[in-house]
Parts: sequence; C-alpha cells; structure tokens
Amino acid sequence: MSEMTINLKIWRQKSIDDQGGFQTYQLSEVSEHMSFLEMLDVLNEKLIKEDIDPVEFDYDCREGICGSCNMVVNGSAHGPKRLTAVCQLHMRTYNDGDTIVIEPPRAAAFPVIRDLVVDRSALDRIIEVGGYVSVKTGAAPEANLIPVEQEVSNTAFDYATCIGCGACVAACPNSSAALFTGAKVAHLNSLPQGYPERKRRTIAMVDQMAKEGFGDCSNYGECEAVCPVGISISSIAEMRKSYLKAVL
Amino acid sequence: MPTLLQAATSQVGRKVLTGATGIFLVLFIIFHLGGNLAIFGEADAMNRYSLILHNFGPLLWIARIGLLVVFVIHAWIGISIWFRKRTARPQKYEVYSSKGGPSKQSLSSRSMAFTGVVLLIFVVFHINTFALGDTGTVMIDGQEATDIKSLVIETFQNPFYAFGYAFVMLLLGAHLGHGVWSAFISLGLSGKKASAILYTIGGIAAVVLAIGFLFIPIYIFFGGGCEAALISCE
Repeated sequence: MSEMTINLKIWRQKSIDDQGGFQTYQLSEVSEHMSFLEMLDVLNEKLIKEDIDPVEFDYDCREGICGSCNMVVNGSAHGPKRLTAVCQLHMRTYNDGDTIVIEPPRAAAFPVIRDLVVDRSALDRIIEVGGYVSVKTGAAPEANLIPVEQEVSNTAFDYATCIGCGACVAACPNSSAALFTGAKVAHLNSLPQGYPERKRRTIAMVDQMAKEGFGDCSNYGECEAVCPVGISISSIAEMRKSYLKAVL
Repeated sequence: MPTLLQAATSQVGRKVLTGATGIFLVLFIIFHLGGNLAIFGEADAMNRYSLILHNFGPLLWIARIGLLVVFVIHAWIGISIWFRKRTARPQKYEVYSSKGGPSKQSLSSRSMAFTGVVLLIFVVFHINTFALGDTGTVMIDGQEATDIKSLVIETFQNPFYAFGYAFVMLLLGAHLGHGVWSAFISLGLSGKKASAILYTIGGIAAVVLAIGFLFIPIYIFFGGGCEAALISCE
C-alpha cells in the first residue's frame, strides 16, 4: 500500500458573516485507497488533536447518491473525474506531493455557512413552487393504470436521477441553476402524471430560479460535464420548449 | 400567467430572444457577405448591387430599422447576462478548471461578451466608414448611383483599416463558433445527436463566414480590385 503526502489548501470561514480565507495543511500517510472524504476525516482527526477547528463539509451517504458532498476540488465541482461525486473519488487519483485546492461551491444563491458547507435551500425553494405532482392522498393508485411508453419512462428517469447536489451551479461560469431546474421540469413534464400541471410548473420554477439570484444559462455545457449523474443539457432545451409552449 | 413582457424578460425568454435575434443576424451577415463578394464581379457589380438596394427606398429603411432593433436586443441581453453573472458569483474561485467531456467551454464560448462588445463597437465604426462615408457618384444605366466600390478600395489601402477589419472578423468567427450552436439550444433544440451535428455545422459556418469577410480587406490591401476602381491605388 503506497502512502502519499498531500498538500491541502482549504477555504476556511467561521460563519456566514466571516470574510474567510485559505489555510494550508500538509497531510502525510494518505493511503491511495482512501476516499476523498476519508482523507478529510483523517485531516480533521489531526486538526482536533492539534486543538484546531475541524474543516466542516457536507456529507451523508458517501456512496454517490445523496448529493450532499458537493465541493470544488482544484477548480472542478466534485473533483477531476466525470460521473463521480466527490465522496466516490479516491486518493489514488492523486500523486505524492500534490497540492489540492478545496473550495465551497461559489454562488450568491449558495451562501457559505461554514468552511465548505453552503446553504443550498434555494434549490429546495425551486422544487417547492412546482417540482412535484399534485395527487389526492390515500392509497397508492394501481401502478399499471396509467400506461407510460418505455422510451418516455427511460428519458424521464434519466432526468429524475438528479440528486440536487448543485454541482451544475458551482461549475457554471454564470452560476446558473438551469440544469437542475431543467432536469426537474423535463422529468415531470414528460410523464402523464406531471403533464396536467406542466405550464404552471415550468413558469413557476423558471421564475423562482431568477428570484433566487442564479445567473442566466449561456449554454457552456460545463454543468453536464460535472454532473455526477450525467444529466444532459437537453433538459435545459426541454425546459425552454415547455416554457415557450406555456406562455405562447 | 406572465405577461408577454415578463415572459420575454424571464431567464428563458432572454435566451430565446438572444437565440432568435442571433440566427437573424447570422442570416443578415450571410446576405451581407453575398454583397461584399460583388467586389470580385464585373467592374460595376458592387455599385450596381448598391443601386438595387437603394432603389427599395422606404423598404430599405424599414429593413435597416428592423436590423437595428434586432441588433440592439441581441447586444442588450448579452451585456445584461454578463452583468448578472457578476452578481450571481460575487466571490470568484481561486482555481477554476473545465472538466472537458461534454463541456462546451472554449476560448469561443468564454469570450462571447468580449467578442460581442468588440463587434458592437466595430459596427458603429463600420456604419460610419461605409454607410455614412463620403462617396462619389457613378452613372449606371442612366441612374446616378453611389460609388461605394471606390470608397471600399480606398479605405482598405490603409493598413490599419485592412488588418483591423480582418482581425475583428476573426473575433466574429470566434463569436459564431459558440453562438450558432447555442442559438438553437436556446430555442429548444434537444437531443445529443442533433446537438453534435449542429455544433459541427456552427463551427464550419463560423470559419467560412470569418474567412469570407476577412479575405476581402486583405485582398484589396495587396492590390486586388484596384484596376476597376475610379481612384488610384498607391
């Protein structure tokens, strides 16, 4: 098992009002088998022993499905590997002596709460205005009652895999949330259950996206490149089509 | 339901307008290049073309105003997107890198605002030089026509004009390299295959248009078209 020494340059910020700044740390005995977050755990153990506040970062599942751990590693959301959340990134990606710069996702709509943790509730509020299907409560309806073509179901599922990590916002040069919103709109509008509310949903979610202070989409496509689940920017085009149909 | 103005100024509306006006402007410059290529035609081809346009009278003015409106909308939204981008990310990244793959980040896409503003300034100078420039008159089929050809040839004897124009046309190519594809995505074109085909077509269109436009000032500077002009070339 080969071990490495890694130089870390990490954004430290005590609170939402703090100015914040970079701190550098050297971490030795980093195993190539560690996940990126395990490497940060080891750093935090070391910091706690030295009576330094540990680096705060978001995580939950550590298996690439919850979307909590979005951070920007050497300028790339979720690190250098495609279709990989940062929790699934392994230290074998790096070499002995490498310097890794870790920053929180930067966007006015994502205020930094502490260190690498940002408030992503702006995305929740976009969901709240239309990212759902209104149904009567009660027993679940018979699943085979509404036929859905396989192709439609597959496409809708591709869009539904969005885990809401916000990497698209972090990577977009304009800080646009178009891929996130597009994925939700394209997912729900394409299914018969979501179809009746498509107009109201699309208008409300597009409107909320702007209210939250996200930037405009310039079709850079960087969002698709960093998305850990590979949502296509076709979702953004679908959202635009839905919006045009809703307002015209 | 949003009003038409609210819809047009929404984040989707702005993109749709940018895309639609962009496609219109590309169609216009294709038309414009067609006119420019008259320099290679018969001696009076360019002036004859100018005369045909002027004979449209009020229709020409309607077209000019329409073009101006389209151009202003396109530039205005582009500039506003750039300003919004700055407020949407007040704190920049220490390090930023593109992940490649499906990303369309390139010198072309990252410099849209810069190339766009240069083109905006260029158009003002361009109209001042040619549309409002001092021209003599020539007689074509008994009609008095402006001698635009001599003005063009005279202007491009100046190396600053000739190479300056050529350089700006390189920036036009860079703008279209991302712009043509982006316009269609903004209008709702989806699907990986269609997108990939369009990206290639957009790139080819950008190169062809840029070369088409920049070839003319360089050609004239190095003595092309002089024999047919009424003015003397040094």
